[in-house]
Amino acid sequence: MTAAPAATGTAIGMSGLTVRFTTRRSQTTALDDVSLDIEPGEFVTIVGPSGCGKSTLLKIVAGLVKPTSGAVSLLQRPVRGPQKEIGFVFQKAALLEWRGARANILLQAEMRGMDRAQAARRADELIEMTGLTGFEKALPHELSGGMQQRVALCRALLHSPPVLLMDEPFGALDALTREQMNAELHRIWRETGSTVVLVTHSIAEAVFLGTRVVVMSPRPGRIIRTFPVELPAHRDYAQVMSDPRFDRLATDLRGLLGSAAANH
Amino acid sequence: MTENSLDTSGRHAAADQASTERAGASANAPGSADSPAHVDSSVPSRVAAPPPGGAGRPPRPTLGRRAAAFADSLWRPGLVLAAVFAVWWFVAAREYVPNYLVPTPGQVWETMTGQWSELARHTVVTLYETVLGFLLAAAFGLATAVAIAYSRTLDKALYPIVLFAQVIPKIAIAPLLVVWFGLGLTPKVILAVLIAFFPVVISGVAGLRSTDPELLDLAATMGAGPWRTFRKIRFPNALPHLMAGLKVAVTLAVVGAVVGEFVGASEGLGYVLLLANGNLDAPLLFADLILMSAIGIVLFVLVEIAEALLIPWHASRRAGVSLTTS
Ligand SMILES: Nc1ncnc2c1ncn2[C@@H]1O[C@H](COP(=O)(O)OP(=O)(O)OP(=O)(O)O)[C@@H](O)[C@H]1O
Ligand SMILES: [Mg+2]
Repeated sequence: MTAAPAATGTAIGMSGLTVRFTTRRSQTTALDDVSLDIEPGEFVTIVGPSGCGKSTLLKIVAGLVKPTSGAVSLLQRPVRGPQKEIGFVFQKAALLEWRGARANILLQAEMRGMDRAQAARRADELIEMTGLTGFEKALPHELSGGMQQRVALCRALLHSPPVLLMDEPFGALDALTREQMNAELHRIWRETGSTVVLVTHSIAEAVFLGTRVVVMSPRPGRIIRTFPVELPAHRDYAQVMSDPRFDRLATDLRGLLGSAAANH
Repeated sequence: MTENSLDTSGRHAAADQASTERAGASANAPGSADSPAHVDSSVPSRVAAPPPGGAGRPPRPTLGRRAAAFADSLWRPGLVLAAVFAVWWFVAAREYVPNYLVPTPGQVWETMTGQWSELARHTVVTLYETVLGFLLAAAFGLATAVAIAYSRTLDKALYPIVLFAQVIPKIAIAPLLVVWFGLGLTPKVILAVLIAFFPVVISGVAGLRSTDPELLDLAATMGAGPWRTFRKIRFPNALPHLMAGLKVAVTLAVVGAVVGEFVGASEGLGYVLLLANGNLDAPLLFADLILMSAIGIVLFVLVEIAEALLIPWHASRRAGVSLTTS
């Protein structure tokens, strides 16, 4: 463990994170000296090539993976084990296959011992908001991949967490639903002021949602650059898409990601 | 920060959206092309339309349909059984084999009805021993499986013992059990437990270990303790494996009880079998065998029914449900 992170005020503080996975066959350096401070209320999006350690980074913040070296703080407390002040959306939906959509969402409440009636009301709001109405009782295998992801999203939002960690939450959605979910997530973030870290492969999504876009290099994952997104806090999807600033940033990102991959 | 509830009220666009989705689902009759998602652009940020190709839920099978499926599952084995019966009847009635070795179905039937009250009493005894042994094996087996799945130390300590207990020939220790516990119920139940225990442990451990690590991560981010995680995630996840083990266990429990009765008993189907054998009473012997098999089959079916009720969601139980279009 190196120096304590936790500069006062940061919602998430990462300093010098390095992760090496040792398996029987090989040793992989997934992350190499990653440092990043995230202020409360920020919406940080992370883009990077496949396998560069984005999922690993989120899991470290959640306390699910222990870094080989470096330190993390969450809401100004050092992360030493699994954190529960968060809502986590995993890369695969990770639903319980024996529970219907609504019951899967309510798992969050049951595990936390939340008030049942209140949680049920909130679950119904979220179901309506994400367009899952009519599928409350459907088992995961009866849902499409995108619907499963929406269930996982609702589950992560149920307890109104101050910090949201999302690992490609909209990866399995069709383009149209994805835009709508982006707009919805943007609205939720604006209304709640929660801190969000979102991993995505979509440059448009990263720019539309983020207040800051973090670009990572191919494995071993390092932060190549972070871009502040100079767009209004209150965004409209169509307006953002036609904004010249969006175009410029998207082009920059595409160029950076392309050259990073080429140099590798 | 936590005060910020993620308020979603004041957003009812999804109400009519729901009907869109349902309409989309019902329009997805087999063969019909997926209708593209229709979006009302006047409401900007709402989530509309079913994902292309997303179908509604298939209807749950009705009771009638289930009964038909059940009948359908019976006729094939029924036919085989009838054939076996016919051959038996043919061989015995023509006396290709003397009747004191293979009695006719009629003789067996006469014995069965003639000595029914006696046979029923013995059947109840064996059934009782079997069920008791099975339930104890299920309880101990599950407890052992939990211990092994949760603790590395207990895993190392218990697994060899469980394996050892399995490889000793149970039939060989039956006389010892009779010496220790007498001729009553105890040695039969112990034997049934010993035989039925192993599949429960093995299947339970396999089931508990098969939990997706991501689900355990999820539980950790929900701040759930080990008990909640077990109850809500690990145990239900282990059920399909466990039920398979219980089905094996229940048929083995019958064997345990009968072997126990062979070695020393004054009642039960195993005892009757020895008696019939000693008296060269072939019809009684056959009647007895049929009753033993009946116990095994009935208990097996009961576990199957329990399985159908407990894990209707599992892939092994889903087959056919998706074929309701015909
Ligand atoms: N538990 C693990 N054991 C061994 N290696 C691992 C483990 N988890 C991740 N890795 C390795 O670490 C690297 C980064 O993995 P990670 O899942 O974080 O990538 P990612 O950026 O999320 O990729 P993608 O965009 O494809 O989801 C990969 O090379 C992977 O093989
Ligand atoms: Mg990933």
